[in-house]
Parts: sequence; C-alpha cells; structure tokens
Amino acid sequence: MIGVYVIIGIVVVLLVIFIAIYNRLVGWRNQVKNAWAQIDVQLKRRYDLIPNLIETVKGYVKHERETLEAVTKARNLAQQAASAGAGERGKAEGELSSALARLLAVVERYPDLKANQNFLALQEELTSTENKISFSRQYYNDSVLKFNNQIQMFPSNMVAGMTGFKAGEFFEVTAEEERKAPKVSFT
Amino acid sequence: MWEQIRSNQTRSAVLVAGMGVMLLLIGYLVGIIFLDNGIGGLIIAFIVWGIMSLVGYYQGDNILLGMARARKISHDDHPRLYNIVEEMKIASGLERVPDIYIIDDPAPNAFAVGRNPDKAAVAITSGLLQKLNRDELQGVIGHEIAHIKNRDVLLMAISSVLLGTIVILAWYATRLMFFGGMGRSRRSSSSGGGGQIIVLVVAIALIILAPIMAQLIYFAISRKREYMADASSALYTRYPEGLASALEKIAASTTQLKSANQATAPMYIMNPFRKEKRPASNLTSTHPPISERIRILRSMAGASFADYEQVYQKVHGVGRGVIPASALALSHPAGLRAAGAESKEPDKIEKMRETSDLMWQLGSYKTITCDCGTKLKIPPKFKEPTVRCPHCGRINPV
Repeated sequence: MIGVYVIIGIVVVLLVIFIAIYNRLVGWRNQVKNAWAQIDVQLKRRYDLIPNLIETVKGYVKHERETLEAVTKARNLAQQAASAGAGERGKAEGELSSALARLLAVVERYPDLKANQNFLALQEELTSTENKISFSRQYYNDSVLKFNNQIQMFPSNMVAGMTGFKAGEFFEVTAEEERKAPKVSFT
Repeated sequence: MWEQIRSNQTRSAVLVAGMGVMLLLIGYLVGIIFLDNGIGGLIIAFIVWGIMSLVGYYQGDNILLGMARARKISHDDHPRLYNIVEEMKIASGLERVPDIYIIDDPAPNAFAVGRNPDKAAVAITSGLLQKLNRDELQGVIGHEIAHIKNRDVLLMAISSVLLGTIVILAWYATRLMFFGGMGRSRRSSSSGGGGQIIVLVVAIALIILAPIMAQLIYFAISRKREYMADASSALYTRYPEGLASALEKIAASTTQLKSANQATAPMYIMNPFRKEKRPASNLTSTHPPISERIRILRSMAGASFADYEQVYQKVHGVGRGVIPASALALSHPAGLRAAGAESKEPDKIEKMRETSDLMWQLGSYKTITCDCGTKLKIPPKFKEPTVRCPHCGRINPV
C-alpha cells in the first residue's frame, strides 16, 4: 500500500517539474518573439524615415544621384525581405545600413544641408533608429541565446524535445560596414 | 540573464527584514516606557508605518518629483534625450518607456522613481543634460533604467519608509522623555527595583541608537544597488566607457544640488552631498566611491556581468563579489562596441542654449525668432499684442 503512494507521489512530483519547465520555456519563447517584434518596429521606422530623408537631401546634393538611388533600392529590397527569416533579412538590412552610411558620408560635403533644421531633426531620428535597431538586435540575440541554451541543457532539453520547441535563429547583420561600425556616421 | 534581480532581492530582503525587526523593537520599547505595555507600542509603530507606506506607495514618486521640482517632457521638447531613454528601454527589455522629467538645476545628477516598471520615471538635471555627449547620456540613462528594471526603486522606497518610521518614532520618544513625558513610567516603576531601571536605560539607549543603525543598513542596501546598476548599464550599452566618463564629469562638478536632502540622497546616480577626497568604503555613504566605480568600468574586458564581477573582485578581494551567483550563471560573453559616431565632445555653447531654451519652454514661455536672429522669450503673463526686439528694434507680433 505504501509502495503505491510512493509511486503516485513520484509521478506527481515529476509532473509538477515537467509543467514548471514547460511554462518557463514558453515564457522564454515569448520573450524571443517579443524581442523580434521590437526589431521589426524599428526596421519599419527606418523604412518610413528614408523617403523623408531622400526628399530633404535631394535638393542639396544634385550630383549624388547614384548614392540616393542606391539607398532607395536597398530600402525597397529590405522591405521585400521583411517576411523572410532572420538570416536573409539580416543580409538585406545590412545592405541598407551600408547604403545609408555612404549617403550620410556624402552629406558631409554639403554644409548648407547640415544647417537645415529639418535635416538635423531627421538626422537625430535616424541616428536613434539605427541605435534602436542595434539595441533591439542585441536584446533579441541575448534572448535567443538564453532560449537555445535552455533547449539544449538537461533537464529542460527533455521537456523541449517532447513538446517540440525549436531553437531560435540569431539575427546577424552581414554587411561589412555594419559589422565594423554599428552606428551611422553623421557629423 | 535578466533574472539576476531575484537573488539580489533575497540578499537585500534580509537587510530590509533587519530594519523591520528594528522597527518592531523600537515600537515595543516605546510601548514599555510610555504605556507600560509593549503591545500598545507595537500597534502604534504599525499604524505609523502603515500610513507612511500607503502614502509612499501611491504618492511617493509624485512627492519626490515635486520636491525636486521636476517637469515632465515629451519627445518634441528634447528629441535626443527622449530617444536615448527609448534606446535604453529597448536594450533592457523594459515593457514601457519611463516618463522623463527635467530638473532645472545646474548641478549634474539624475535619479529614477516608480513603484513598478510600468509606472516608472527617470529625472535628470538640466546641468547634466548640457554636460554630456550622447554616449555618456546613454550610460547614465542605462544606469537609471537598470534601477527600474532591477526593482531597486521599489526596494529603496520600502526601506526609506521603514527608516522614516524608525526615525520619527525615535525622535518623538526622545523628545517626550526629555521634556517630562515619562511621568507614567516613573509611577509604575515605583513598585519595581533596580532591575527595571536597567531595562529602562537599555531601552533608552536602543531608542537613540536604532535610527543610526537603520540608516547604516539603508546605506548598505543603496551601495550594493549602485554597483549592480553600473554593471547593468555597461551590459545594456555595451560601452562602459560612456558611463565612466559621465561619472567623471559629474564628479568634477562642485555645484551642490539645491533640492536634495538626506532621505532622497540614495536615489541619485551620485551622492548629492559628497565631500571631496572622502575615504573609500565609508559606512555612512549612500554611494560607493566614485573613483572606484569609474576604475571598475574602465577595466572591464567585455560588457557582461562576468567581466564586471572579475574586475570588482580584483579591487575588493576574491570571494567578495557584488553580482549574485544566479546572474553570473546566466551571464554570457558580451563584446564591447566602439564609441558612437555622435560621441564627439558636444559644442558647449550650443548645448547650453539648447538646454536653456528647453527650460524657458517648460516654464511656458513663448519663443519668437526675430528677423535679426534674436530669440525673444515671451513670459506667459505678457498680454501686449506686439513686442519690440531689444536687439534691432523691429516690432514683432506675439
């Protein structure tokens, strides 16, 4: 009789542990999802800022048609890649970042533009958006790392295996320029 | 990694519990001396504490911000500051952007309030705002957001209410004793012998000592939290140098904050009452020595908690860590980033102008730019339809 109680007790304890680990995994997976949404918000904000920037800059930098077109093209490509996975998207966004960096390096040569209030305000917004992108990426990657560790480590790996949790994908921006300097150089 | 808070809380909870015990003790002693009844004193202590807690919980942040004469700003008032707070909110994984307040004070300082992360605010003085470049400001805001994220703000509020209650009870008790309120207890002790007098003396000594002890505990809690917030700020920004150089600038300033007092001191990023060249590891200081905070930040090999802990142990001796083990277990390598492109030294005059314009604007002054380039600040009480530019003499409509 006692033996039966002991077995029931062990089963109940195991079940409780299983549920606790499962819930924790769900919590972490939601954090990863939430962090991804944050990146998304900032990337969209950057798409929205670029047309304004081009409008403002266009009048001043008449001889930089190519640079401007490259930015617009990179923006549109990045927007198209928005529904793709983290890896592919990172590549497109990296291209956009470096195109933007080139444009803003060009802008250096136009003092009139740098005195334009509208441009200065845009510049602040763009700088901050670039920062927000890298901070949300940082938070996302930290969350993915933590989640993936839990999926691979004992004992939560058993729960993850039984309930079908999949490892998250890191968001890396692949363009060379972006890796060297995560921030757009303005001033 | 973000769960570091929990075990840090247990450590601090012990200290807070210590203060709670002290409150009970002082209540009991007050009861014995004045009411001949320890339980009565406990009830009084409990009522005073309850009222103060309720006020502190629901009105604490408003009282603090009001005392500092802080004014709330929106994105358009100061886009850079607002954006930086948003950046740090994202880096820390906080759910909501804290409210942002500006204090019109040339002394550089900052603090955070709010009983939970959903109702939090950061306040920064105009002096600090105009001294720092973007990376430094990021470090300071990262530090304040870490206080919110780590729930330090709530903990400090709880312990300051406890401290306040102990101080108030002890203050009234000593005043009553010295000014003849002890009649009741004298009458009762007539039946007792020398034993009761000894109890009385010990009780009085304890009542005098309790507020000092409570204050020391309060400071100990506060100091630990500062290190933790520095480590978190380095992790969020991935750039400890930003905070280090901001602290350096704050330390170099000799201006004293007008609106701070002993009770609110631990809230600030830097002790507002610090004296120059004070000995390190001072029991009565609310903040760790600033030079040490800077040194730790500057010696970090990476941006992770483990890196901070390593340097901290180098300074304080192995085994005397500051980051709780659970946070270290989840810590992962985090590289440092390069200085931001915008982190060149700010144009001092331009920044001063920007900040003073903001202060005028927050005082509901209207700004009119005259054709000659002069900015006219119109006070809210000004009723005339036009104003003459003192510079060039043009008449401008208001």
